[in-house]
Amino acid sequence: MNSALLIAVMSIVTVLLRALPFAVFRKQTPPYISYLGKALPPAIIGMLVIYCLKDIAPAIHPYGFPELIAVACVVGVQCWKRKALISILTGTAVYMLLMQAVF
Amino acid sequence: MMKQTIRQAFLKSIPVMAGYIVLGTGFGILMRNAGYGVAWAAAMSIFIYAGSMQYVGVGLLTGGASVITAILTTVMVNARHLFYSISMIDKYKNAGKYKPYMICALTDETYSLLCDGKAPDGVDANLYRFLVSLFNHSYWIAGSVIGSLLGAVLPFSTAGIEFSMTALFAASFTEQWLTAKDHVPALTGLLSTLLCLLLFGKEQFLIPAMLLITLVLTLLRRKEEAAQ
Repeated sequence: MNSALLIAVMSIVTVLLRALPFAVFRKQTPPYISYLGKALPPAIIGMLVIYCLKDIAPAIHPYGFPELIAVACVVGVQCWKRKALISILTGTAVYMLLMQAVF
Repeated sequence: MMKQTIRQAFLKSIPVMAGYIVLGTGFGILMRNAGYGVAWAAAMSIFIYAGSMQYVGVGLLTGGASVITAILTTVMVNARHLFYSISMIDKYKNAGKYKPYMICALTDETYSLLCDGKAPDGVDANLYRFLVSLFNHSYWIAGSVIGSLLGAVLPFSTAGIEFSMTALFAASFTEQWLTAKDHVPALTGLLSTLLCLLLFGKEQFLIPAMLLITLVLTLLRRKEEAAQ
């Protein structure tokens, strides 16, 4: 029973966090918030990239090489083909190969 | 147009599919090992629908946490969603009946797919965003159920497949870089986060990074305004 209560609490708080900015700026979006709305996405995606790579340990084997090589593949293929699906599949395949067969 | 919208939304959501099924399966396995069956795992994935929070949530459930602890932990882990919502206010403005669900389903991955505010030509943009959100949600639920039912008996090595999430963000970052004229926000994100990772360590750098990013972007806007 307590578990159901905790799950309900986590759900409600998560929904409230997601809904709060929409509720606060319902009528008109202040220019500052509109500015943040435009400037934040590239910054946050950059943050998420770093977040995904946070567990790299540069001092111990394999020194983050699989991650860095695979990320370089994603960036390279994306610049070349401009198709996210192709870059993601290539990068993931390269990473799996490096993890399972090389390092 | 309806068919085209569904098709385009599905294509857009495919990169998230692999990642969500893998991460969802991991969550399902974790729940099973903690003694919670498939209904519990599915309920959490349907109603909470926030990846890292659900992983943390398993610990709260097994540890018998208090309601206050659950509230504070959720606020800490999910505070970043405030920022996602702020950047989607204008883009979701005219979503009408789809809007409440789209707000509840605004995860990191859905955000990364939709935050550029673009929709393919010839689709109903609001239905398109709604469907991308819904497809992603269904992958997450499917993963949790699969993980809970199959447990650790998977027939092939999927080691490394979790990298698809990193690849998704890296591809999204690159595409935004290629289309943007001004690279300052992207660089602000990378450098502020790296700095906070070095200063605060990998367990606690996310919130400081968001605050620093907001601060830097705010100061840059002041400067821009002063210049005009």
